[in-house]
Amino acid sequence: MLRFVIRRLGALAATLLISSFLIFAAMYAAPGTPESFLVQGRTVSPEVLASIRAQYGLDDPFLLRYWNWLSGVLTGDLGESLTTRQDVASLLLSRIPTTLWLTLYAAVIIVVFGVLAGAIAGLRGGAFDTAVLLGSSVGFAIPTFFAAVLLMSMFSVTLGWFPVFGAGAGFADRMAHLTLPAVALALPAAAVVARITRTAVVEERGAEHVSVALARGVPWRVVARRHIVRNAMLPVTTIVGVNIAALVAGAAVVEHAFTLDGIGAMLINSVQQKDFAVVQAIALVLVAVFGVVNLVIDVLYAVIDPRVQFGGESA
Amino acid sequence: MSAETLARPAARRRGGDLAERLGPLGIAAAVVIALITLAALCAPLITSHDPAVGSVIERYQSPGAEHLLGTDQSGRDLLARLLYGARTSLLGAAVVVLLAGGGATLLALVAAWFGRHVDAFLGRVLDLLFAFPNLLLAILAVAVFRTGLAQVTIALAIAYVPYSARVLRSVALRERRLAYVQAAELQGLSGAVVSLRHILPNIAPQILTGAAINFGYAMIDLAALSFLGLGVQPPTADWGLMVSQGKDSLLQGHPQQSMYAGVCIVVAVAAFSVIGERLGGRKAGGRA
Repeated sequence: MLRFVIRRLGALAATLLISSFLIFAAMYAAPGTPESFLVQGRTVSPEVLASIRAQYGLDDPFLLRYWNWLSGVLTGDLGESLTTRQDVASLLLSRIPTTLWLTLYAAVIIVVFGVLAGAIAGLRGGAFDTAVLLGSSVGFAIPTFFAAVLLMSMFSVTLGWFPVFGAGAGFADRMAHLTLPAVALALPAAAVVARITRTAVVEERGAEHVSVALARGVPWRVVARRHIVRNAMLPVTTIVGVNIAALVAGAAVVEHAFTLDGIGAMLINSVQQKDFAVVQAIALVLVAVFGVVNLVIDVLYAVIDPRVQFGGESA
Repeated sequence: MSAETLARPAARRRGGDLAERLGPLGIAAAVVIALITLAALCAPLITSHDPAVGSVIERYQSPGAEHLLGTDQSGRDLLARLLYGARTSLLGAAVVVLLAGGGATLLALVAAWFGRHVDAFLGRVLDLLFAFPNLLLAILAVAVFRTGLAQVTIALAIAYVPYSARVLRSVALRERRLAYVQAAELQGLSGAVVSLRHILPNIAPQILTGAAINFGYAMIDLAALSFLGLGVQPPTADWGLMVSQGKDSLLQGHPQQSMYAGVCIVVAVAAFSVIGERLGGRKAGGRA
């Protein structure tokens, strides 16, 4: 177990190192020089330009600049924003709570509603099953940004139940502000999870061990809980994990739609302003979070399913 | 070894078999896609309005004889924008699917043919691509190059390659070990010939299924990038851009533009996912 985790952590560290190089190299290769963004079209004397280049270390060789950046990143120094001159690390820290709450909220919705609806549909059948099947087919096809616009139109503009913009302050206010964004973010994923859960439960319901348990006289409630749902959770765990990991990037769209001040929205703004210092920092953070979430899923999967061996090559 | 075991597996019957696999819902989905494609191709025949030109005097008009679906915030005809928007939306997704499918097939065939070190190396490269969420890769591509449909299309195609390549590799590897492939190899046929003439036709069903499923995802992702202002640029008509531009109008009580465009995306994506699901004989939400 421990060896498995350590090996996966090592692989993640290697991936992050190569990713950081790719991200830095991509920004380096981008057309246009950083100092032209710094002076923003003003005409400056060559001396000033030279001092700016010296200040940001722009004349250093590529590998030296990468090394300086990387060693900075490892000590928590993400550099300075090219447009606002602010410290990127503190900028990021101020934006992270919104994104964190948004994705956690969405993850809870995906797990609770997706799994619950799918399990009940699979166990009960009937009208609820049909409703879940239909709902998941449509929900899956609704892009998050359209869901955002729809929810905004219905609940904020027409009904006035929820605030339209902003992230709110304090727990209750924050939850009220984040409800619609979280629902929009969770909707397509919850639909997929509900569909997969339903299929898994239906398949498990027809399995021989379930018939045997029922024939032995084990009460339906116990069979449903211990024999059907527990076994059905294995494929569901994977799908839930994949979808939660995808929220990391998907949050950018929802934050943009609801003008929330999360790191996703910050990424979009920085891309538009060509603020590469911020872009590469956020990209690295997102890749790291994505990797950690995926790692946690793999470990969790192995914990849930005792048949998965930690020692062997992960299939 | 008898001739029977050496014979290539019978090519899957097309036509009637395909209709059977699609089922009534699948055929309905295929009809919907055909209609959308036709509408996009015949856009100038259906409407005489220019999707990019409007008059401010005619802004926010209700549906009427002149503007069948009304007008947007700049007085542009919404029907015309929807029809021409279908062109950008379908074309972008089609290019993503073609590039990603082609790249994934090539990687899968190469990995399956050479195996060992080549296979392991390609696997590592794919792992690295897997480390980037799709949308992030496309956003980074915009940061490095500039905003535009071509940039995000290529970036998304690259982002889609690992998923398809992984599935196709395992199928191609299975095919690689079959007797007919080994027999062809023993006859001295080159790797390229065996891969393209013998393995490729036999993994074609999986390629098609993956393409149908990816088409829906590509439409959503491209529309999302346009919505973020990173993909298709105004005044070009695009469904994702229309949802985005309609947001301000919606807050002022004119939801039409966002709604029409959004519904178009939902219908098209749902149709493609139904077809992918039927072709693959799998449940929705799977990713090839």
